[in-house]
Amino acid sequence: MSSQSINAETAATELDNILEMENVSVAYAGNYAVKNVSFNVARNAITSIIGPSGCGKSTLLRCLNRMNDFILDASIEGNIRFEGQDIYAREVDAVEVRHHIGMVFQKPNPFPKSIFKNVAWGPTVNRYQGSITELVERSLKQASLWDEVKDRLNDSALGLSGGQQQRLCIARALAMEPNVLLMDEPCSALDPISTAHIEDLMFDLKSRYTIVIVTHNMQQASRVSDYTAFMEMGNLIEFDESERLFTRPSNQRTEDYVSGRFG
Amino acid sequence: MRRRHAKARVFAKFCGLVTWLGTALLLVLLWQIFSDGLRWLDIDFLRSFPSRFPERAGILSALAGTLWLISLVAIISIPVGVATAIYIEEFGGKGKLVKIIDINISNLAGVPSIVYGIIGLTLFVRGLQLERSLISGALTMSLLILPVIIIASREAIRTVPDSIRHAAIALGGTQWQTVWSHVLPASFPGILTGVILGLSRAIGETAPLIMIGALTYVAFVPEGPMDSFTALPIQIFNWVSRPQEEFHELAAAAIIVLLVVLLSMNSFAIFIRHKMEKKLQ
Ligand SMILES: Nc1ncnc2c1ncn2[C@@H]1O[C@H](COP(=O)(O)OP(=O)(O)OP(=O)(O)O)[C@@H](O)[C@H]1O
Ligand SMILES: [Mg+2]
Repeated sequence: MSSQSINAETAATELDNILEMENVSVAYAGNYAVKNVSFNVARNAITSIIGPSGCGKSTLLRCLNRMNDFILDASIEGNIRFEGQDIYAREVDAVEVRHHIGMVFQKPNPFPKSIFKNVAWGPTVNRYQGSITELVERSLKQASLWDEVKDRLNDSALGLSGGQQQRLCIARALAMEPNVLLMDEPCSALDPISTAHIEDLMFDLKSRYTIVIVTHNMQQASRVSDYTAFMEMGNLIEFDESERLFTRPSNQRTEDYVSGRFG
Repeated sequence: MRRRHAKARVFAKFCGLVTWLGTALLLVLLWQIFSDGLRWLDIDFLRSFPSRFPERAGILSALAGTLWLISLVAIISIPVGVATAIYIEEFGGKGKLVKIIDINISNLAGVPSIVYGIIGLTLFVRGLQLERSLISGALTMSLLILPVIIIASREAIRTVPDSIRHAAIALGGTQWQTVWSHVLPASFPGILTGVILGLSRAIGETAPLIMIGALTYVAFVPEGPMDSFTALPIQIFNWVSRPQEEFHELAAAAIIVLLVVLLSMNSFAIFIRHKMEKKLQ
């Protein structure tokens, strides 16, 4: 993606939706995992994607920053636009897309390097102009990890607890200063306290970032997100403001799923 | 149930016995070599050229040849081998070409070394007109050990979990940056093991060198890759094939030197690997 094709600053004032999905279908070796999904992601809001296991949530999320490029037999149809620009257009460089759209994975996956290097690597390879030390500190503070690690930045990241590792992965993604942060079940490996930590974190980040989160935890979705998409077997069943989707869903299937878990 | 336990115990005992037998045999062999060769081993032995008179004979040219050879082999085979492994594992996809290369590499690892000697003779000595030089020997040896290095490197690269690659890619790294800063460092210990295995084999091989015509009597130290040369295994081979007892003892002394070279190479590798692993934890 050249700098002209996506200009976050100028486009920001004109568009309310930072990401738009139009008839997105994804097939693995011909088997459709996501079928004709269309919805938009609002700027500076938290959008969650919920649905039963295997319904295609992760698949859809990976489309948004072109992580599916590495799955050899995956094919993607439809249109995904970031700031109005089709991210699958031929002239678009996937690496550049990922500068703008960061990702945090389900399982914490820190590099087997020091805490400092984990955060610094992304900005370094992308020739960050400012002070890397300051950026690392700022990112770790944003991920509310700074106080726990400030005295051992040169220790291996593998020595951190699972929750700390996941916050390190968030800090690492934030250090790239992305516009959108994709999170695929970021709390599934964490205890309730670490989960609460990360939920607080998402609230804090909302003013500066747009967050899309996949979660199995419906309380979490209703607690943290402004919008929710409910998927089933690759189809988008309902998309609405979270408050409405969880209290007065318009689709019977959504109601069954949502109340089944809540009841 | 009990019979199965009994069987397992017998099998464990058997394995233990075989292990000890192997070790004991090795120790006997080493003891014999040391008792034969140790008295010939002194500075003069390292500083002299071979000679018809055992008291004056030394291994200067052979040792220099071996050190030259192994350095050249390392310079050639490590980059080529590691690059090939990276290409196949990280960039090759699942194309037909990769599959063909894949099958061939596994087969090449089992080809007898004399065959590599013949290839070296036709390809490098005659084809490229490199003559019976160090570079011909080094190229031939590199061919010989490339499969070992490639297979070990691929194995090491494959043990790096995909989650690391995905993390780097999601951080806006290119595939090359991902390989360079994450995959290679993480697989370094395994790659090093393969390299050492390969180089150790290259140090000990004799047949291909005889095939490409390394000399058996050399009274000078090679000064460049185009010089002709001899190597320790050839010198040893030459000495043991003589009738006099003294030369057999000289051969034992040369074997000790060869072992020392081999062991220092291995220790160096273990040292580096240990340092790398400590850094990774
Ligand atoms: N790499 C792949 N190759 C082939 N099929 C895949 C691949 N990844 C996912 N699938 C299939 O696509 C479908 C959707 O998978 P996906 O991982 O997107 O589901 P999910 O909603 O994230 O499930 P979960 O909640 O369990 O994580 C599943 O049927 C899965 O088997
Ligand atoms: Mg998933």
